[in-house]
Amino acid sequence: MVAWLTDPLVYAFMQRGLLASLMVGALCAVVGCYVVLRSLAFLGDALAHAILPGVAVAYLLGVNLLLGALAAAVLVALAIGRLSRHSLVQEDTAIGILFAAALALGVALISTIRTYAVDLTHILFGNVLGVSAGDLWLTGLLGLAVLTLIGLLYKPLLVVAFDPVLAATLRLPVERLRSLLLVLLALTIVVALQTVGVGLVAAMLVTPAATARLLTRRLPAMMAASAGIGAFSAVAGLYLSFYANVASGAAAVLVATLVFLLVFLFAPHHGRLWAALRERRGR
Amino acid sequence: MKRRTSERHGEAGLLAEPARLELEAVTVAYNGQPVLVDVTFQVPHGAQVAVVGPNGAGKSTLFRALVGLLPLRSGRIFIHSRPLGHHRDCVAYVPQREEVDWRFPVTAADVVMMGRYGRIGWLRRPTRADRAAVARSMEQLGVADLADRPIGELSGGQQQRVFLARALAQEPHILLMDEPFTGVDVTTREATLALLDRLRDQGVTVMISTHDLNLAAERFDFVALLNRRLVAYGPPAQALTPQTIAEAFGGQALFLDGVAIVDRCCPPGEPQKRGG
Repeated sequence: MVAWLTDPLVYAFMQRGLLASLMVGALCAVVGCYVVLRSLAFLGDALAHAILPGVAVAYLLGVNLLLGALAAAVLVALAIGRLSRHSLVQEDTAIGILFAAALALGVALISTIRTYAVDLTHILFGNVLGVSAGDLWLTGLLGLAVLTLIGLLYKPLLVVAFDPVLAATLRLPVERLRSLLLVLLALTIVVALQTVGVGLVAAMLVTPAATARLLTRRLPAMMAASAGIGAFSAVAGLYLSFYANVASGAAAVLVATLVFLLVFLFAPHHGRLWAALRERRGR
Repeated sequence: MKRRTSERHGEAGLLAEPARLELEAVTVAYNGQPVLVDVTFQVPHGAQVAVVGPNGAGKSTLFRALVGLLPLRSGRIFIHSRPLGHHRDCVAYVPQREEVDWRFPVTAADVVMMGRYGRIGWLRRPTRADRAAVARSMEQLGVADLADRPIGELSGGQQQRVFLARALAQEPHILLMDEPFTGVDVTTREATLALLDRLRDQGVTVMISTHDLNLAAERFDFVALLNRRLVAYGPPAQALTPQTIAEAFGGQALFLDGVAIVDRCCPPGEPQKRGG
């Protein structure tokens, strides 16, 4: 069993993949707590897709694809915040419009490039085994920056999410904090691109956090549990992809979903199975 | 009670400045429609004011304007003779209960601690004094034993008492409560009334909105009778006359032998549904 776990690590690409999985899994899961609590799942998915034109432009200009993705994600995050600030356009409508526009722009740009196939698959579905040492540094630094900000701004972010009225009476810059949260989300998505890809990053944001919500009753505990579940799922996905030759991002999301289902059914307090049994006994 | 009063005097000269609240020709619009028009009145330091009026009279709007949640279309609001927002505010606001996310993973004690955040500062950790203030506030409202329970699992009355405890933990000079007596259980009603007595001893200026004319007449120093504009303001005996009540409540007021009976049901076409 131990050998089963350690054997793959003789390969340098697996070592880098393991580190990337751990970092991305935990980072996504912590940021995902706010995504779940603020009902931003749709936004997370939209942001991930909005990255596509940024990547295409970066490819055309010959600059680092991640930089292109980063610029596009931050731009779209701020635009959504700006559009939905006016009550003329509801937030989900604003997201729907920008999401579709950005995706269309991305597809249009990419359709003009003929030699794009390989890199595009990596952006869409991720390739954790192709992570370079440079990517690893970028992931680590960006992830650390995001987590540090979430830690430092724990109180204001908590108040803005839980009770916007109190936030306003305490004279917090509510709109700026909202935009900041969107930017942090955009950074997280870009960091996660290489591991799980555009198509699946929303799942790594939402599923571990939703699982942790069922197991905990306070935000710090929820974040810790979510980080654990996210990291475990990503690493389990990595091993599955090594041994069963499955796409690693997909494997990670499937593991996370399995964990969610188990917790949903068997969680000590909220588990559906126990609730059903209690109901039956109560009759 | 004495001990507590002296404690508050010790804290940064809490009562050194009179907590006067002044509204000068305040007009507030909501989605382009003026909801409050030309409201002018003054609340002296430590007074308790009941804001009374029919549904849609602009009571909540008044409170939201007072804490800076709604912009003024015209007019001015002064706290301690300084314009709203020009100093670290000392106003606590307990809104009607629909306004927070009840599924959020916070405990009752976490919620009360949020009342201290303005004092703690955004980057520092709560001190022992903050924890003590939280415990004391929860004790006073009878929710100390619920400290570790998730806020969403509490009953409506318990939740309201937790939010009152949070307002108390803020150690405000001015406390605004929107409909604290609407749709609550007896325990919460009693706890709220006891809180009003305690706040009176501490010299905290209080403003609440209510439908209950009797309560307003019996327990409050001043009554502000509101229906989009200020119909009457003054001590209950002066402010609440059959004429002013009829003027504020219109067809909803009925007089039997000089006693006003007010229909508390929502009139048809009421734009916002209210709790209770």
